[in-house]
Amino acid sequence: MTVPTQPRTDVLAEHDLVQLLAPDGRRREHPEYRWDGDVATLCGLYRDLFLVRRVDTEAHALQRHGELGLWAPCLGQEAAQVGAGRALQNQDFVFPTYREHGLAWTRGIDPVKLLGLFRGSDLGGWDPTEAGMALYSIVIGAQTLHAVGYAMGLGLDDQVGHADAERDSAVLACFGDGATSQGDVNEAFVWAASFHAPVVFLCQNNQYAISVPLERQTHVPLAQRAEGFGFPGVRVDGNDVLAVQAVVSAALQRARNGEGPTLVEAVTYRVGPHTTSDDPTRYRDPQEVEHWKERDPLLRLRRHLEAEGIEESYFADLDAEAEALGRHLREACKALPEPDLADMFDRVHAEGTPELAEQKAAYVAYRSSFEGGAA
Amino acid sequence: MDVFNLPDVGEGLTEAEIVTWHVQPGDVVEVNQPIVDIETAKSVVELPSPFAGTVGALLVPEGETVPVGTPIVRFGDEAAAPEPEPEVVAAPVAESVEGEPVEEEPAPTADAEPAAPKREPVLVGYGPKVPGANVRRPRHVASVDTEKVAQKPSPKVLAKPPVRKLARDLDVDLASVPHDGEVVTRDDVEAFARPPVSAPAAGTATTVRGVRKATADAMVHSAFTAPHVTTWVDTDVTATVELVERLRRDRAYDGVRVTPLLLVAKAVTLALRRHPELNSSWRDTDGGAEIVRHEGVHLGIAAATDRGLLVPVVRDAERLDGPGLAGAIGEVVELARSGKAQPADLSGGTFSITNIGVFGIDGGTPILPPGQTGILATGRIAKRPWVVGADVVARHVMTLALTFDHRVVDGQQGAGLLADVAGLLHDPGAALTY
Repeated sequence: MTVPTQPRTDVLAEHDLVQLLAPDGRRREHPEYRWDGDVATLCGLYRDLFLVRRVDTEAHALQRHGELGLWAPCLGQEAAQVGAGRALQNQDFVFPTYREHGLAWTRGIDPVKLLGLFRGSDLGGWDPTEAGMALYSIVIGAQTLHAVGYAMGLGLDDQVGHADAERDSAVLACFGDGATSQGDVNEAFVWAASFHAPVVFLCQNNQYAISVPLERQTHVPLAQRAEGFGFPGVRVDGNDVLAVQAVVSAALQRARNGEGPTLVEAVTYRVGPHTTSDDPTRYRDPQEVEHWKERDPLLRLRRHLEAEGIEESYFADLDAEAEALGRHLREACKALPEPDLADMFDRVHAEGTPELAEQKAAYVAYRSSFEGGAA
Repeated sequence: MDVFNLPDVGEGLTEAEIVTWHVQPGDVVEVNQPIVDIETAKSVVELPSPFAGTVGALLVPEGETVPVGTPIVRFGDEAAAPEPEPEVVAAPVAESVEGEPVEEEPAPTADAEPAAPKREPVLVGYGPKVPGANVRRPRHVASVDTEKVAQKPSPKVLAKPPVRKLARDLDVDLASVPHDGEVVTRDDVEAFARPPVSAPAAGTATTVRGVRKATADAMVHSAFTAPHVTTWVDTDVTATVELVERLRRDRAYDGVRVTPLLLVAKAVTLALRRHPELNSSWRDTDGGAEIVRHEGVHLGIAAATDRGLLVPVVRDAERLDGPGLAGAIGEVVELARSGKAQPADLSGGTFSITNIGVFGIDGGTPILPPGQTGILATGRIAKRPWVVGADVVARHVMTLALTFDHRVVDGQQGAGLLADVAGLLHDPGAALTY
C-alpha cells in the first residue's frame, strides 16, 4: 500500500487567476474585475511597492548587522499587501500576521514602529485603534478569530449595510497558506459564515509554510475551500497589484454591504527566507526562485509605467527617496529606547490590580539593590 | 573607529565560522555591501556591512569559528587606530563588548567606571546603552563571596554565575584560567582544573563538528548504553543475484533501481514479521525501563555522503511492495546525498541496514543507531568456492552480520532473525511461506 502524496489537482493552477497586469507589463481585461485609475495612481502604487521593498530589505540587513533579533521578509509579496491595503477604507480594520509590512505601510504606520517588536524593545509599536490595524500576530492563524469577532462586533454596532460609504465597515483578516491547516482559521471560516460577518479573508499563498510546500497542505486550490464553508472564494494573481486591489475592493464592499465574508487567495511567492533564521536553499529549487523573480510585482508595474512614458527621472527620485528612508530606518532603529522591564506589570490589564502593583514594587526594589540600577 | 561584531543571525546561535571575506583592508565599502560569508549551525549567511567607509582590519581569519559578539572587522584609517592588533582574533579584552563590565572585585564606586572605548553595542535585541547607565553591580555581596573575593583580588574576568560558582568550588582563580573566547566558560574552568594529560602527538587537529560530531555522539551513546552482540553467517545468494537480474527487466520496476539491497530490505521486513521483538526500542523511564515494540518497520539505510555517514529512514517499509520499496530507498538515499535531508528524514528508524559490501569488504560489527535493537551489515557479494551436494562449485556468497541490543533480546531471537534473512536471500521463494 502506498500513501498518496501527489495532489489530485494543480493547487497552483493559473487558469482561474484574476490578472489585470501581466508579468510583461501589459494590461489585461477580466470579465468581472476592472481597475480604473489614472497614471498618477499607478505611480502612487509603484511608489508604495518600491518603498515597502526598501523597508523590508533594510530591516533584513539590520538583522544581519545584529540590530534586530529576527525579521520576517515580505520580499515578493509586496503587491498582495499593497493592493489589499489600498482597497481599504479609513474605517476598515486589519488583523495582520507578522509579515504584513506592506499593509502597515498603507495604513500610515511609520516603518520604524515595525522594528521594535523584532528588536525586542517593545511588543508592537503602534496604536491599533488609531492605525486601523491590530498588532502583529505571531501565533499562526490566531488573528483570524480575532478578526471575525471584531467583524461580528461591527454588525452588533450596526456599522454594516447602510449604503453609507463613511459608515459601513469591514475587516481584513490576513494569513498565509500554512495557516489554512490550522484549526483557528477553519473555526474562523465557520463563524464568519454562520454570522454573515463583514470580513474578507486574505490568504497570501506564498507556497511555503516555512519549509512545507503547498502540495502537502492541500489537494485543491485554497480558494475552493470557501465553497465548503458557504461563502465565495476568489483566486487572484498576488503579484499583480491592480488585480489584488480590484478583487479585495469588491470583497470588502460586499462585506460592508452586509453580504458576508469572502476568501481571497492571492497566489504569490516568498522570494526570501521564512525569517532571517531560515535557510530556504535546503528545501527549494533555485530554478523555482528564478521563475518567480521574473514574475516580480515591481518589475511588471515598472515595465507598464515605462511603456506609459513615465520618465527616468521619476524612478531616480524614487531611488533617492528610498535611500533616505533606508538611512532613517538604520538611525532610528539604533535609537529605539531600551525597554523598562518594570513596564511589563502595567501591560497585563487595562487597569492594574493590587497584586500586580505589589509585584512591580518588589521588582523595582530588587532592581534598585544594584548599584546604578534605575529606581 | 567602527567595529562590526559578529551578530546572531539565527535566534540564539552562539557562534559562527568566518567562511569568506569579500573585502580586504583598504577597500572602500558602502552600507549593506556584502562583506563576509559566515557559516552557522543552520546555514551559510552573507553579512552586509553596517558601516560605510574604509576597511581597516579583518580581525578574524577565514576558517576560524568565533562566538557571537566577537569583533570581526574594524573600519577606518588604520594609522589612526589606537593600538594595532594582530590579524588573528585578539585575546579577550577585559571589558565586555556590550560595554557592561562585570567585576570580580567588590563593587567600585560608580565614578570608577573604566574608560572603555565607546563602542556601539550590537547585541541582538538590545538598544544602545547610555555610557555608565544601568550598570549592574551588587551593592550587597553575600558574606562568603566578600571574604573570598577580598582575599584574592583578581583582575576583571567575564564569566557566568554558575561558572563562577564552579571556579569557587574547584578553588580555581578565574583570572588565571586561559580562555579562547571573551568569556571564561565551564569548559575552560574544567580544563584548567583537570590534571594535565600527556602532550598530544604531532599532526593536524580538526575540530569535531557537524555530521562528524553528531555521529560521534550517537555512537558513543549507543556503544556505552546498549550491550552489543554481533552474529554472522555466510550465505549462498546466487538465487538472489539471479532474481535481481530478472527484476531489472520487469516493467513494474521501470524507473527504480533494483539492487541486492532491495531484496535484503524486503527480506528484513518479512523476517521482522516473525521476530517483531527485534523491531523494538529499549526506553529508560523514571521508575525503570520499558521495551517499546513498534508497529511499523521504519528502515534506516546507512549512506555514505559528502557530509559523512547519514541514515535516512524509509517509513512503514513493511507496507511497501517491491517497486515501492525500491523507489523509497532510492529517494531517501538521494535526499541524504543531496544534503537536503531534514532532521525528520533522518530520525525515527526502528531497524537499520548498512551495506558495507560497497567498500569491497565482507563483514563488520556495526554499532546500533541509538534507540534501535538491530542493525544488519551486508558484505560484498563475491564468487567463492561453495559445497553444493558433494561438489565444490563457484557460487555468489555474501556475509551477513547482525548486531542486536542484548538488553532487549537474546541470542535466540537475534540468530532467528539473521537465519531467516539469510534463508530468504538463499531461496527467495521461501517468502511464499511467510
